[in-house]
Amino acid sequence: MKVTFPHMGNMHIAIKALMAGLKLEVVPPPSISKRTFELGIKNSPEFACMPLKLNLGNFIEALENGADTIVMAGGWGPCRFGYYAQVERDILEGLGYQFQMIVLEAPDSKAYDLIQQIKALGENVSFWEAVKAIKYGWSKLNALEVLERQFDYYLPRARDKDRVEMIYDGAVVNIDRAGSKTEADEAAGQAIKKMGMVDLKAGLPLKIGIVGEIYTMFEPAANYDIYRLLGRMDVQVSRSAYLTEWLNDHIMGGYVKKSNRKNLIACAKPYLNYEVGGHGLETVGNTVHFARRQHDGIIQIGPLTCMPEIVAQSIIPSISEKEGVPCMTLWFDELSGTAGLSTRLEAFVDMVHRKKVPADNHIKEA
Amino acid sequence: MVDCYLGVDIGSVSTNLVLIDNGCHLIEKIYLRTQGNPVKAVIEGFASLVESVSKEGITIKGVGTTGSGRYLSSVLLGADVIKNEITAHAVAAAHLYPDVKTIIEIGGQDSKIIMLRNGIVNDFAMNTVCAAGTGSFLDQQASRLNINIQDFGERAALSKQAVRIAGRCGVFAESDMIHKQQMGYPMEDIIMGLCEALVRNYLNNVGKGKKIEGPVVFQGGVAANAGLRRAFEKVLGMPIKVPQHYDVMGAIGAGILAMEKIQRSRINTQFRGGTFILEGDFKTSSHECQGCPNICEVVCIKRDREVLAYWGDRCKKWESSLNEKTSIGLQVV
Repeated sequence: MKVTFPHMGNMHIAIKALMAGLKLEVVPPPSISKRTFELGIKNSPEFACMPLKLNLGNFIEALENGADTIVMAGGWGPCRFGYYAQVERDILEGLGYQFQMIVLEAPDSKAYDLIQQIKALGENVSFWEAVKAIKYGWSKLNALEVLERQFDYYLPRARDKDRVEMIYDGAVVNIDRAGSKTEADEAAGQAIKKMGMVDLKAGLPLKIGIVGEIYTMFEPAANYDIYRLLGRMDVQVSRSAYLTEWLNDHIMGGYVKKSNRKNLIACAKPYLNYEVGGHGLETVGNTVHFARRQHDGIIQIGPLTCMPEIVAQSIIPSISEKEGVPCMTLWFDELSGTAGLSTRLEAFVDMVHRKKVPADNHIKEA
Repeated sequence: MVDCYLGVDIGSVSTNLVLIDNGCHLIEKIYLRTQGNPVKAVIEGFASLVESVSKEGITIKGVGTTGSGRYLSSVLLGADVIKNEITAHAVAAAHLYPDVKTIIEIGGQDSKIIMLRNGIVNDFAMNTVCAAGTGSFLDQQASRLNINIQDFGERAALSKQAVRIAGRCGVFAESDMIHKQQMGYPMEDIIMGLCEALVRNYLNNVGKGKKIEGPVVFQGGVAANAGLRRAFEKVLGMPIKVPQHYDVMGAIGAGILAMEKIQRSRINTQFRGGTFILEGDFKTSSHECQGCPNICEVVCIKRDREVLAYWGDRCKKWESSLNEKTSIGLQVV
């Protein structure tokens, strides 16, 4: 059995570790490239959102490389994502590929169910081995998260941004190669130490929160690396979600880690009192959360045609007015030119900056 | 010799160059079509600008660039300020009308709405994925109807009773127009109907949920269109101001920003000089970088044999390779 899965940011590193613990052979899809986009777009319904198209591109490329089993997340609720595993299976079968598809559903009550699900995936794995495999994958996710947080801190402050990016990219590779939790933690720790030695600019950077649809937030190919674009403009970004949190809330049933969801739901009131599917409620909650945490601006990102985010978008202007924080929404689709994106980001950062800095200093900063 | 500042705005449709003096007064403006070749447009524009002011004798003290081609033009000219269009337009409008609260700017591919409070941008929006309702669409419709784009607005303004046209999408607007035209409605009424449809589209898509307060300034190439001006006034129910140099406001803003920067920080301009741009042979080329799976299309711009800039690479490998060279070069000198 050769297992593959869709890409989502750095998630492949953890999944590789998990699958290794389950004694499975893994064929990760090649990194998302122009070809992935082309394959996905060609074979998907036109009105589907970007995540489906990229998933599909990933699967086709992985199947070409010899994978025969696809593991995909399922889900319920009004967002289309819950149905994507089925749609993707249908399209791939129509294209004539031979494969097996395993859909992981979030357990609705017991942690035991989840471990059973993962155990069933592995080949002759004991219950205890399944638990160990999950822990190993989880430790890599944790190391990556610690690294990401420091990266977001140092990139806007550093004078030599290329160097910070290089250290980060190197550390991600090292965490991927690490054979144990200790090695992964060490790789992250060393990189953070190196980042700490980079020359820093004086003064505090602007702080902008990123909220929105989960896939677009995690996958740099889907958001044109918005975190780095902003970091290079001397903006410190606050990510509203990390992989550990998302997996914890949606796949692990909230057992592994303390969840922030309750706080978000409380924040979302009175702007939005109900689940609207997908990540809509979280987006509204996070926007309020960031606004109250003294952020200078908030950017909502999502794939074009994403319904929950459209609902959130229509609520954000009233949050912006009441909480007094500038907000902007960006939709991502298959455009390859980044000129439009950087113009909007620049203009937004400029606006936030001019609002913050007292009138006398405007021109000096401009 | 008069000290002046050069502002350049390269958009998808037009390339504008302006010279302003110390008091932000316009000395000269050039408005020409980009026609898909921004390098040629900048060189031609600069040549005619120099020619038209050659008698007065001027020195360029600073350069500011804006528009989607702002990085390209900054490489060609050597810019002190490279600014996005939002800030540039806002600065120019706030200079002319200090109390302006809303700016409507419609260009070739972009349409924007900018809200200002006390002369500072407070909020803005740009059209995201649809270019219906921008200059390009008007251009296309004018040529389909065989009307000169310059007369388009005048014709619309003659209308007494506008026809209702669907404005949700450019394609449907066009088929709606053809349908109405085959039914025999007068041309003026159809054009005016189109103008009103575009205004509705703009307010729904760009101005989504934003409170539009007066004074409102309408600028960008499309502000020349009398029909659209009238449609905006009708739909918003308030008077619209159109600046005298509505078509080059972005360039004026870039010029003002360059002037402010030079005067505040008392530095010398980065301007590369007239001979650099007029006598060199500029070439652009692109290739796919195979360094990683992103496979970025890297653009390279050269003057004679010397590489001036790279861009388009997400990892900035190509862009920064040049920075190192120039900084090393500076150390040697």
